[in-house]
Amino acid sequence: MDELLDYDEAMALFDPVLGLEVHVELNTASKMFCGCANHFGAEPNSNTCPVCLGLPGALPAVNATAIESAIRIGLSLNCDIATWCRFARKNYFYPDMTKDFQTSQYDEPLCFEGHVDVEVDGRTFRIAVERAHMEEDAGKLVHAGASGRIHGADYSLVDYNRAGTPLIEIVTKPVRGTGSMAPQVAKAYVAALRDTMRALGVSDVKMEQGSLRCDANVSLMPKGSDVLGTRTETKNVNSLRSIEAALTYEIRRQAAILAGGGRVKQETRMWHEEGYTTAGRSKEEAEDYRYFPEPDLVPVAPSREWVEQLRSTLPENPAAKRVRLAAEWGMTEREFGDVLAADALDLIEATVAAGASPASARKWWLGELARVANAEGVELAAVGLTPAQVAEVQGLVDGGVVNDKLARQVIEGVLAGEGSPAEVVERRGLKVVSDDGALSAAVDAAIAADPDAAAKIRDGKVAAAGALIGSVMKAMRGQADAGRVRELILEKLS
Amino acid sequence: MSAKILRATASELGERIARRELTAVEVTTAFLDQIERVDDDVKAFLHVDRAWSLDQARVVDARLDAGEKLGPLAGVPIAVKDIFCTQGVPTTCGSKILEGWLPPYNATVIDRVRNAGLVMIGKANMDEFAMGSSTENSAFQVTGNPWDLERIPGGSGGGSSAALASFQAPLALGTDTGGSIRQPAAVTATVGVKPTYGGTSRYGVIAMASSLDQPGPCARTVLDAALLHEVICGHDPMDSTSIDAPVPAVVDAARSGDVRGLRIGVVKELGGNGYAPGVEQRFREALDVLKAQGAEIVEVSCPHFKYGLGAYYLIMPSEVSSNLARFDAMRYGLRVGDDGVNTVEDVMRLTRGAGFGDEVKRRIIIGTYALSSGYYDAYYGSAQKVRRLIAEDFDAAFTQVDVLVSPSTPTTAFKQGERTADPLAMYMSDLCTIPSNMAGNASASFPCGLAPEDGLPVGFQVMAPVLADDRLYRVGAALERGLEASWGGSLLDQLADSDAGAYLGVRTDVATPPLAEPVEASDAREI
Repeated sequence: MDELLDYDEAMALFDPVLGLEVHVELNTASKMFCGCANHFGAEPNSNTCPVCLGLPGALPAVNATAIESAIRIGLSLNCDIATWCRFARKNYFYPDMTKDFQTSQYDEPLCFEGHVDVEVDGRTFRIAVERAHMEEDAGKLVHAGASGRIHGADYSLVDYNRAGTPLIEIVTKPVRGTGSMAPQVAKAYVAALRDTMRALGVSDVKMEQGSLRCDANVSLMPKGSDVLGTRTETKNVNSLRSIEAALTYEIRRQAAILAGGGRVKQETRMWHEEGYTTAGRSKEEAEDYRYFPEPDLVPVAPSREWVEQLRSTLPENPAAKRVRLAAEWGMTEREFGDVLAADALDLIEATVAAGASPASARKWWLGELARVANAEGVELAAVGLTPAQVAEVQGLVDGGVVNDKLARQVIEGVLAGEGSPAEVVERRGLKVVSDDGALSAAVDAAIAADPDAAAKIRDGKVAAAGALIGSVMKAMRGQADAGRVRELILEKLS
Repeated sequence: MSAKILRATASELGERIARRELTAVEVTTAFLDQIERVDDDVKAFLHVDRAWSLDQARVVDARLDAGEKLGPLAGVPIAVKDIFCTQGVPTTCGSKILEGWLPPYNATVIDRVRNAGLVMIGKANMDEFAMGSSTENSAFQVTGNPWDLERIPGGSGGGSSAALASFQAPLALGTDTGGSIRQPAAVTATVGVKPTYGGTSRYGVIAMASSLDQPGPCARTVLDAALLHEVICGHDPMDSTSIDAPVPAVVDAARSGDVRGLRIGVVKELGGNGYAPGVEQRFREALDVLKAQGAEIVEVSCPHFKYGLGAYYLIMPSEVSSNLARFDAMRYGLRVGDDGVNTVEDVMRLTRGAGFGDEVKRRIIIGTYALSSGYYDAYYGSAQKVRRLIAEDFDAAFTQVDVLVSPSTPTTAFKQGERTADPLAMYMSDLCTIPSNMAGNASASFPCGLAPEDGLPVGFQVMAPVLADDRLYRVGAALERGLEASWGGSLLDQLADSDAGAYLGVRTDVATPPLAEPVEASDAREI
């Protein structure tokens, strides 16, 4: 196990410098350079063709939608868009690379010199984006055998479905001045990128599926120094929470080495969800990728008219949108904070758009639906109810068709595939009984059955009505409006 | 009668097949028989499959019999350089590393040839991965020059040029990266055209150097080359570097051959020291022939052409080192050392060590070095600057003249083995042809006589501006008409009717086979 320095002690001695490389898989219909479906989860090697298999003679052709997405991403990150740029070949041998070179961009990125503002605990940090460039993903290796790694595997299989998936790599400049907040700033930055990609609709941005990947670089400078330390690059960071945890760990590990008079080794570290990093490939000897301009592709030269037209289609900046919605919805800072923490902003927005009040939309998504999502171990958005259905359920409550308790049964029915909320109400017979005749009879029966309670109410002890309401609701199998039951009881015993 | 079929031009064969005087099967059979007769000596083909070719021919006959209108070359056999991917048919690129590989797809050019009703008659030998000027770098066999089987047929497309010159095919497909169509054409007295870069699709053509490679037509006459040019050229969305513009009117140009008022620039730097006297003599005579037909001849200087060879041997290997990386034993082709103990890197290394020949390895090593960190600017970067200067030389020259001309090669065909130990001497074969690859303009080689000192063919190179490929054919047709009038037939006719060419078995006792005389179907079947 690595020796770790206490975080506060580390921060007393050193200033962390971050560098974040984020890969975003674009959700274009086809791959970067061929017509194969760009689809997650298909039968291995089924979405392949001569181009993405790198067969002799095959040639790439750029997916125009991928370029468009890249430009929109660049504009959202406040980048300049190149008037002319080229793809480059990054040459290295590896079985998951069908051509043994990756078609990427090198010294001529499509998007460059941008920034993203992130807020942590009321402080705003401006993260300078060096570049956002286009490249293709590699295939996926599956190693059979004890080690789970290529060396020592009994055999390895390659799935080239992912080969040629369009990627945008977003690279920050060194991020200084975050002090002890470095891990939180990194997390907030990646969250901001994720929100931006989602708002643009260009990617699924699912970290656990790898459609958003972050390599987190960090080095430590002694306090008061401005000489950059040796950095490590941590990979396999598959959630926002892990970014914060992995960086905290690396800072503590490096601080322990430096405080003990040692030197940090420049290397790739692998993050393990159990809460630690291990050494990966050593980067002491820099690989020579022999980049050169890709001769099989023509330069990309987006016209200014096109760029401006794309700029006009950009969605609202997610940070600005949060400020606006918080005000529009009239939530307290804490209530709104819970919405963000639950990743429910877009869901609530859509539910409100479908007719529900912000408070009721928040209540369902952060209450019953969050509980179901948690129990099922899925994301809130994947819980199985659409915002429109949530709004419909609330509409049934507002219209007095069901009460809150019955509404939960409606949701249960929708999740069980019994149809729309209205259909579930119909099929399960969940309608609140508002017929005063039936209710009145049930109330009379309850009063007759519990003369003690009735006497107390007559004496003005209104609290005793609870017991009678309970027995009426029980008799009505919950399908009664409790407020109306209470009114009837009080009327009859006044 | 078979000799008449074999000696006929592709356009004649196409016309007679279209008129149903001949069937595609008859014509294909005649050429398959010729391959059987002479290819043990010539060694032009790596793969011939009678059933495959005859099946194609039958389909064409059926379509024509059904009244379908196919192009002017329907039913005409064609030899295919083994660099073009042919679906389900072995494609080796002249290398052990691809031995036994069956491509699952066709090159765009192959699809076009098939759609036009041409019949593929075999896969032609080539230098491994098109690297060479003699076809001696083929991993499988050394092809002989039909004019003298102990000499080289040029390279890398020596199988294609030899097949044409030995009457084993009336047409062939080639690719030209530094002269691989034009130099073989020059040393075999055939016609070879490198279209404007981007004029022909490279999709499905196994890459040597992507920014230089260009497929093109090989033929025995200028018109035949033009007809094939029209079939294979044109925009292809599968190749990003393919030009989206109409194909120049090459067939019209080949039929007209009108050079009156055409300004022809002789490149001063491509001649003199190092050029064989017979090559220079025939080149000058050809200029006179063009002048007699009304062309204006001037001398033009292209001062940067002399740096072309050096820059080429940096850019080309750099691209080679990357393009050939994919031959790593993981997905197709040769696999060596997969014993369950070796690592994946070992298997890659052992396979590449065993599967690539020396010239391929030499270029991969040079290219890897030229692209290395710290050397990139000095080598690859400088070479790209030279490339720009060569293109500017062309641009400047084409403001003064309509086409540029030079000998296609400094010498005639050398003896097999003569330059194999001296790569630099071998590289000199492409001195005149490389500038057009560097600049991407159109260029061609046409026969212009036999050098008096050795009786071997000399090639006349014409270079035209980008997308002015038609000018090549205008000049080529004028040259062909003028020279053949003085020779009394083509150079290949002379070879066919000479004692030296007796082994080819195509003597007809007449200088030019008559066109109108119908060939009896029964005669054709006797072959």
